[in-house]
Amino acid sequence: MLKTFKLGASILALTLAASAAHAEGKLSIYHWFEYIPQELLDKFAAEYDVEVTMDTFDSNEAMLASLKAGKMGSYDVAVPGDYMVEIMAAAGLLDTFEPSDLSNFGNIAPEWLDVSFDPGRHSSIPYQWGSTSFAVNRDVYSGDINTTSIIFDPPAALQGRINILDSQGEVLALASMHLGIPQCTTDRDQLRALNDLVQAAKPSWASFGSDIAKDVLVSGDAAVGMIWNGFSAKAREEGANIEYAFPKEGYVVWMDNVVLLKDAPNRDNALKFMNFLLEPENAAAVTNYAQYTAGVNGVAEFLDEAVVSAPELNPPAGGNGQFVMACSEDVQAVYDKIWTDLKK
Amino acid sequence: MAAQIAKKSTSNTSTYAGLGVFLMLPSWAVIGFFLVLPVGMMLIYSFLTKEFRGGVIWEFSLNAYDQFFFDRGLFGDAPPVIEWTYINIFWRSIWQAGVATFFSLLIGFPTAWFIATRTGPNKSVWLFLITIPYWVNLLIRTISMKFLIRDTGPLNEWLLSLGVISEPIHIINTSFAVQLGLFYSYLPFMVLPIYASVERYNFAYSEVAADLYASRRATLTKIIIPIVKPGIIAGCILVFVPSLGAFLAPDLLGGAKNFMIGSLIEEQFKGNAGNWPFGAAVSMILLSMVLVVLTFYARQQAKEGAR
Repeated sequence: MLKTFKLGASILALTLAASAAHAEGKLSIYHWFEYIPQELLDKFAAEYDVEVTMDTFDSNEAMLASLKAGKMGSYDVAVPGDYMVEIMAAAGLLDTFEPSDLSNFGNIAPEWLDVSFDPGRHSSIPYQWGSTSFAVNRDVYSGDINTTSIIFDPPAALQGRINILDSQGEVLALASMHLGIPQCTTDRDQLRALNDLVQAAKPSWASFGSDIAKDVLVSGDAAVGMIWNGFSAKAREEGANIEYAFPKEGYVVWMDNVVLLKDAPNRDNALKFMNFLLEPENAAAVTNYAQYTAGVNGVAEFLDEAVVSAPELNPPAGGNGQFVMACSEDVQAVYDKIWTDLKK
Repeated sequence: MAAQIAKKSTSNTSTYAGLGVFLMLPSWAVIGFFLVLPVGMMLIYSFLTKEFRGGVIWEFSLNAYDQFFFDRGLFGDAPPVIEWTYINIFWRSIWQAGVATFFSLLIGFPTAWFIATRTGPNKSVWLFLITIPYWVNLLIRTISMKFLIRDTGPLNEWLLSLGVISEPIHIINTSFAVQLGLFYSYLPFMVLPIYASVERYNFAYSEVAADLYASRRATLTKIIIPIVKPGIIAGCILVFVPSLGAFLAPDLLGGAKNFMIGSLIEEQFKGNAGNWPFGAAVSMILLSMVLVVLTFYARQQAKEGAR
């Protein structure tokens, strides 16, 4: 017994010793899971002789909590979604830079330059943008899927076979679109209706999970999965016979952004990394990997044909995409109560 | 001989006289740093005011405990009634952990007995085999369990091919899947303490019992179980307590449809709620419950020892 433990301990010690490496500078990234190709990190590391480390998160809120709980000062850059950039800026977690600090600043697509969550882009650069709705397995269901009823009032064939993202903001935003009420409404009748809607839909839902969203569609555990468009494209490529929906009632549009964190230990390398990601070739590498859409000009020539033509990345003309709103404290308290009651 | 030992120990005591405080320092440091500090922080945070979107404001508040025990409606302004939501979540967690503990004991006891009664090097080999899966991270093991039991997984395909069942048994995303996951996660914590007490068991007692015409059943219930009881109880505690706070199995195998205590706490820190004082309060309530049970057990033990 003792021998076993000793052996285990020495193996552990060896692995620890082997992982020490040397480079000129460092860069510490806090990123979503499965969202940047390793080759791109390696390319940056080689080009600038920087040792890159990365931790991952699975929701904007998890990232915020971790940063607030004492991780500030250990990361240089993070990748929050649109509304979260605003929240982080208000909480004083972001540092600012001047456009002149980034030689590739001019590559940012004009529509993503003066965004409401960071006017003039002084703390963030666009990473990728995409949408959130759901994908349906076409072997199981062949009817019209471009309606949020698939999730909130599903046909019999799909009941009990639905995976929902474990993400309060996106679920309640989509539910609000289904009801045709504004997000973060303060109207009590509308909030009650929202509560009743998700309570009534829950028996049809098999599971909640974000990091499993692709997996359950590929394995067939779920016939419908609420999912991000690029993740859905990946699931399709991995063999799931699924179609991604653009519901007429509306779907969530989001943009992820690379932000410069306050107290970044390697500010210079962080700016180099942001500049690196604004290089069309590199932005395209992320798009080819994650299958979302870059917010950078001039990527077209570097994109894979499969990505350009992917149905998930090409919403119909006049599509009803909406950003998730950050609710006021009072409404958020009601949202939290609805969510807890939903999962009690 | 006894006198000699007594004398020796007195001289030892005098050698270390006055050093006692210093020798205690490391254990005080460990207890202080890993126990008193974190639990103290939790206690303090549970009485603070929540900051919107995570964090605390340093103002005393009972809101976290109020939220746990009283329901004030969807908008927080209805007259308070007793809040069943969290009590139900606690009850569900206790039930799941209890079932997992029961089955761990049912399987763990014979396993430990089997290993302890092997002779020579075989014993170490069996023990070694028990620990092998636990070299792998709990997350990976829970995910592999998920692959095994899914509708299209090997378990169902095997049963289908044997003709035992005609359509897949739906296990994934049920509470049975959660219990199975907990059972699998913590089984060795049942086997190892029981093994340790069975190994010390003097098998001459069983022979004596047989010589005195005790039935096998009586030998088990009247002799063996009372003697190895400390191991059984230690095993039950080691399985039950972590099961109570587990969130991997409920999330991955249970589909995260229903909160368990662990996932409820996690949501307060990682989810939208961002209600740190409430997360701390739920943790404190859980901790107090476990403490009450353990104190009760310790007092029972002390009473039995005195008898």
